[in-house]
Amino acid sequence: MPKRTDIKKILIIGSGPIIISQACEFDYSGTQACKALREEGYQVVLVNSNPATIMTDPEFADRTYIEPITPEAIEKIIVRERPDALLPTLGGQTGLNVAMELARLGILERHGVEMIGARADTIDRAENRQRFKEAMLNAGLDVPRSEVAHTIEEAHAAAKRIGFPLVIRPAFTLGGTGGGSADNWEDFDRIARLGLALSVVSEVLIEESVEGWKEFELELMRDRENNCVVICSIENVDPMGVHTGDSITVAPVQTLTDRELQGMRDDAITVMRAIGVETGGSNIQFAVDPATGRRVVIEMNPRVSRSSALASKATGFPIAKIAAKLAVGFLLHELPNDITRKTPAAFEPTLDYCVVKIPRWAFEKFPDADPRLTIQMKSVGEVMAIGRNFKEALQKGLRSLEIGRAGLGADGKDPLWEAEALTQKLRVPNADRIFAIRQALVEGRSEAEIHEITRIDPWFLREIAQIVAMEKTLRAHPRASEPELLWKGKRMGFSDRQIGFLWGMPELEVRKHRLALGVRPVFYMVDTCAAEFEAVTPYYYSTYEQPPVTVMGHGHQGARINPGTPPSKKIMILGGGPNRIGQGIEFDYCCVHAVFGLKAAGFKTIMVNSNPETVSTDYDTADTLYFEPLTLEDVLNIIDAERPAGVIVQLGGQTPLNLALALEAAGAPIIGTAPAQIDAAEDRKKFSALIERLGLRQPPNGTAMTVEEAVAIADRLTYPVLVRPSYVLGGRAMEIVYDETGLKAYMAAATLVSPEHPILVDKFLEDAIEVDVDLIADGKQAVVGGMLEHVEQAGVHSGDAAMVLPPHTLSPEIIENIRQAGRALAAALEVRGLMNIQFAVKGKQVFVLEVNPRASRTIPFVSKAIGVPLAKLAARVMAGETLEGLGFTREVPIGFTAVKESVFPFSRFFGVDIILGPEMRSTGEVMGLDRSFGIAFAKSQIATYSQVPLSGTVFLSVKDADKPAAAEIGRRLDRMGFKIVSTGGTAEVLRQVGVEAQTVRKIHEGHPHVLDFLQESKVDLVINTPAGKATKRDEQKIRSLAVSKGIPCVTTIQGARALTTGIESLRASGFEVRSLQEWHEEVRRPKGKEKLISK
Amino acid sequence: MRKGSPVAEARLALEDGTVFLGEAFGAPGETVGEVIFNTSMTGYQEILTDPSYKGQIVAMTYPLIGNTGVNREDAESARPQAEAFVVRDLSPIPSNWRQEEGLPEWLARHRGVGIQGVDTRRLTGLLREKGFLKGVVSSAELDPKRLVEKARAWEGLSGRDWVAQVTCAAPHPGPAPKQKRFKVAAIDCGMKANIGRLLADSGCETTIYPASTAAATILKEKPDGLFVSNGPGDPEAVPYVIETVRNCLGKLPIFGICLGHQIVGLALGGRTFKLKFGHHGGNHPVLDLKTNQVEITAQNHGFAVDPDSLPADAVEVTHLNLNDRTCEGLRHKKWPLFSVQYHPEAAPGPHDAGHLFDRFVRMMETGEAP
Repeated sequence: MPKRTDIKKILIIGSGPIIISQACEFDYSGTQACKALREEGYQVVLVNSNPATIMTDPEFADRTYIEPITPEAIEKIIVRERPDALLPTLGGQTGLNVAMELARLGILERHGVEMIGARADTIDRAENRQRFKEAMLNAGLDVPRSEVAHTIEEAHAAAKRIGFPLVIRPAFTLGGTGGGSADNWEDFDRIARLGLALSVVSEVLIEESVEGWKEFELELMRDRENNCVVICSIENVDPMGVHTGDSITVAPVQTLTDRELQGMRDDAITVMRAIGVETGGSNIQFAVDPATGRRVVIEMNPRVSRSSALASKATGFPIAKIAAKLAVGFLLHELPNDITRKTPAAFEPTLDYCVVKIPRWAFEKFPDADPRLTIQMKSVGEVMAIGRNFKEALQKGLRSLEIGRAGLGADGKDPLWEAEALTQKLRVPNADRIFAIRQALVEGRSEAEIHEITRIDPWFLREIAQIVAMEKTLRAHPRASEPELLWKGKRMGFSDRQIGFLWGMPELEVRKHRLALGVRPVFYMVDTCAAEFEAVTPYYYSTYEQPPVTVMGHGHQGARINPGTPPSKKIMILGGGPNRIGQGIEFDYCCVHAVFGLKAAGFKTIMVNSNPETVSTDYDTADTLYFEPLTLEDVLNIIDAERPAGVIVQLGGQTPLNLALALEAAGAPIIGTAPAQIDAAEDRKKFSALIERLGLRQPPNGTAMTVEEAVAIADRLTYPVLVRPSYVLGGRAMEIVYDETGLKAYMAAATLVSPEHPILVDKFLEDAIEVDVDLIADGKQAVVGGMLEHVEQAGVHSGDAAMVLPPHTLSPEIIENIRQAGRALAAALEVRGLMNIQFAVKGKQVFVLEVNPRASRTIPFVSKAIGVPLAKLAARVMAGETLEGLGFTREVPIGFTAVKESVFPFSRFFGVDIILGPEMRSTGEVMGLDRSFGIAFAKSQIATYSQVPLSGTVFLSVKDADKPAAAEIGRRLDRMGFKIVSTGGTAEVLRQVGVEAQTVRKIHEGHPHVLDFLQESKVDLVINTPAGKATKRDEQKIRSLAVSKGIPCVTTIQGARALTTGIESLRASGFEVRSLQEWHEEVRRPKGKEKLISK
Repeated sequence: MRKGSPVAEARLALEDGTVFLGEAFGAPGETVGEVIFNTSMTGYQEILTDPSYKGQIVAMTYPLIGNTGVNREDAESARPQAEAFVVRDLSPIPSNWRQEEGLPEWLARHRGVGIQGVDTRRLTGLLREKGFLKGVVSSAELDPKRLVEKARAWEGLSGRDWVAQVTCAAPHPGPAPKQKRFKVAAIDCGMKANIGRLLADSGCETTIYPASTAAATILKEKPDGLFVSNGPGDPEAVPYVIETVRNCLGKLPIFGICLGHQIVGLALGGRTFKLKFGHHGGNHPVLDLKTNQVEITAQNHGFAVDPDSLPADAVEVTHLNLNDRTCEGLRHKKWPLFSVQYHPEAAPGPHDAGHLFDRFVRMMETGEAP
């Protein structure tokens, strides 16, 4: 059957900014879909507010709209583009929800846009818990007993009927936001109320708890002829009760017999058909009672998901790509399996390895957050590891996590909990539980006891027990001279670092010893078919297999790596590992660009990464993909096998940078800026000397090795000072301290962070404007890619600040100063590739805050704004080309404004204060584009899903220093007709400028106070800037309440001013949408006056 | 091998000179056979007990085996049938609510030979490249050279009657249906237990006959239909079964599975040939040429029917393997007869093709060609 010819133009909606439960897996899916559809001759119109995505690169769609993902914006796009169809199943829950909104509002019908893949009614049946349950029961499937409630009274009644323990699940939220389980009335009441408030449709499901049951997922695909295949089966190590995004999971299923698995497969196909997903991929979750085998359907996602991305990486089957093709009418058997090319996509991948996924949490960023893992997802990223058994995959996964661990313990970093604490760590799911299991086993607790406490299947516990037993054996045989023990240890995933710890020798010594004994890994292929067919896609993982012997014959050569490619044409790019706060999709974007750039220049690219959510780990991206941990050992093994001519470490963020010096010492050919220069930029002493030599200025500073030194330095600099450990990304453990007490408290905690490195103390520049500069240099010249002015004052982490390109308040003179300083630094550090510099402007003085000779978080944003793929160029520069040769020798002026805004996970971490500081806490970003700053800023706010009110009530309460500015903002809001409510001091200031504000009491002034007001009245905007420690607690309550009620909350005066400008602009003219291609066309061919910013 | 006892070494030696080192499990001993790989990730118990594996050494491509132990329900016959079992990692414990015994204990009890620690991916690549190889698994003899010689000395699988070793001794009733609608005669070439169960579920009262039973004996009992079962080895090596089926052609509705399908093909005048390394797994896509539906099927065969050898006027190829385009099913245009190369009874494998038992029943109802 041919593809559909009645549709020509297809609208794809992306998933927007990276948030918890919705990360770059949707860039991976969306990018695949765009490619797949264009390959078939369809025109693709794409909308996504997230600039740090590959899918929003202008070459991936015919028209790319970096615009807010809201019905209003998308309708404007539909009006401009007139697409025939909308494919709603690739943009995660965001894409699905907005597609449903578009359908509900009649926008799709009005403009004749057909939903393909899944129709609105199908989506509703899958997402609406009551309809889903009915459909399951009608199809003869078992589900947990449950009732739907729309009010708290209904919820209580349902709870009485079903009985505790119960699960409360709000309808239509992401990643289970607001859900929870309860075994008492108090918890139940709290969770049910929150769930009702958070659900778009005020609906919660009260359900029989299946906590502790075994949890499984199947990834299915269906075509329009009703052919169904299961792509991957996944088993959760953590039983029911922990969100699957927070669970360690394994593919394929380990503890079901064929009969049980096939029964589950039958059920899953029945679910697909009962829900009526026309075409594409779905994910279906089951719970199984470990005692009886009773199997219940938990839920389905009628779209590609985080699990489907994992399934794609785990099996080699490109679910999103195939889903896109099925949506336009192809049948499964009409599409080839890319990996074998000879067999069709209508099959079920078979694995000859074990895949383990481990979540990466970021609780260190949110010390006030509840660290328990529940049915609401809290992890910010994940790693995937492949091994020939569970033990190997688990240990590889653990050493991929970028938490400093070398595997499952045995690395000298085990915390050693006290007995009671250990039991607690086992009982209540948490980020450390896997390590707690190890400790319990080491201490001789029985597997049966641990099973009793954790409910983790005995099979997994025995596997972990085998690792623990091997740890003991290894420890008992230091420097074993027979290879057998090393083979055994390696086959259980022990790293050289772990073995080195157990044997009391350095990692590299173990490596030498191991290689001398001939114990080296083989690289096996992920080929969808367990070697049954020849595979053409080189996608590898390492494992340890003893080679067979050959007698009286020729035997078999085993797998060979990249036969025929001369090493001189091979370049290896080290990826960024798991997403975490401070290191996200932006670095993967840069790595992917390096691949594209180097491929275009005729190189064979080798990608190494451990993050299954990314485009970089799509087997279609690099010429060769290694799904491996980014550790010295694993990378050196690949270098041994591949012998690349160059290794790029500066694009994947801190993960590969941390390896740079060791790799170079081990003889790896690092290309780009020399590791020694990178070190010089990071080393405060060397850096200060450099700044002085260049005649630049930096905030007065010092380096402290002890608390006494830190105090002395701070006294000399005068408070406030900015303190941080050296070598950090994402502002880890960075703080502004205002007095000696604060400094001492900080030092006490900070020693844990980075014991090898000292603490840096800088004079903190108050009320300075911060500027980020991204530039590219080739050793001969340096060109500024973009200069970004922060909206918030210096001190707010650059990863969290809103930024404006080009700067909108700086004088040409300052800009030129910054530019010169950047060029001088690039020359001095002999930068080859990218460099990011942070400046602070105070008055007329320009200070250099930080220099990072590597890709920065803002590279994708800048590249999107100026229409030049900076990372691509940087990779080619590193491979030897010049900027002149590449045709990029001049800074690109743009005649419009691009605003970057950050997105935070505060709604996940109830009670955590949302104020911005030097510690980065945002998970993602959006971009707002317009000719005027006001509209661009407003768009960026809308794109973060925060409402931009055009009228209504504003609660305005600021610290004293902000009061003059607040008066001005208040006047502007008042002029637009907003009702203003303030606490005493701010109200008084407003009154002085003629603005009548309603006054409410502060919390300590007694009821009814501001919280009561916020709780009871309709407030459309909260502007609240933190005054300092004394009132922090009260303010925090205000801000938390605003977040939980979904009221936009601005915590800096600069942010409030920018938003006010945005509101003014929106009220004056509304906003228009424009494709990236059109903006870029304008950059290339500026038209006279349009070059100027309009306001 | 009991827990705590020292690990016994074992070898898997192939006729091409490759010798894999590993550890013995199950019973000690030495066996020869044709080495094949199976790509099913679950269902090792069904595979081990499937009589079709007689004469073969089965290597599992999925590396983690034994996780769910064994149980009575999932047995396809009363004992392990494969000559030897080759795995990468044997699970130290079984974990499943239905398990009754660990795989190694069960295998040992039935004198079955196993080897673990083998790089089964490497083995698979080798078989893919070279085709079927003769091999020997041994914990008795460890010298690589002598073992390779033993593998080479073995006479091989083709041309020999393996059915005689696995068929039943005397006619006996299959599982009783809840509601009897039809009387079916089943020729047991090594019939899997689940076929009997599914026939019963479809309302068939089945009598299971030894493979050597003559057509007259069967016809005398006036069954409503004839079923020809799966089984091991080379279909041309069991001319007596082909003869029986030929004598029933046009007289009874006939349904054949796997070896039964090959025998039906031969009885209809076709030829069979040996595949390079066969189909053994649970993920083979088969296209039903009439409905355009794709079924994911369980497969286990080394031989196949040559579709061009079949009389085109009377016989039609109905199913195609989408991986290698080989014939997966045929039907007669006039007589009530069809057969499939794959396993609609699954066990192990997906249940997509289970409806073929209904097709057999419909044929018996109408007496018409399927």
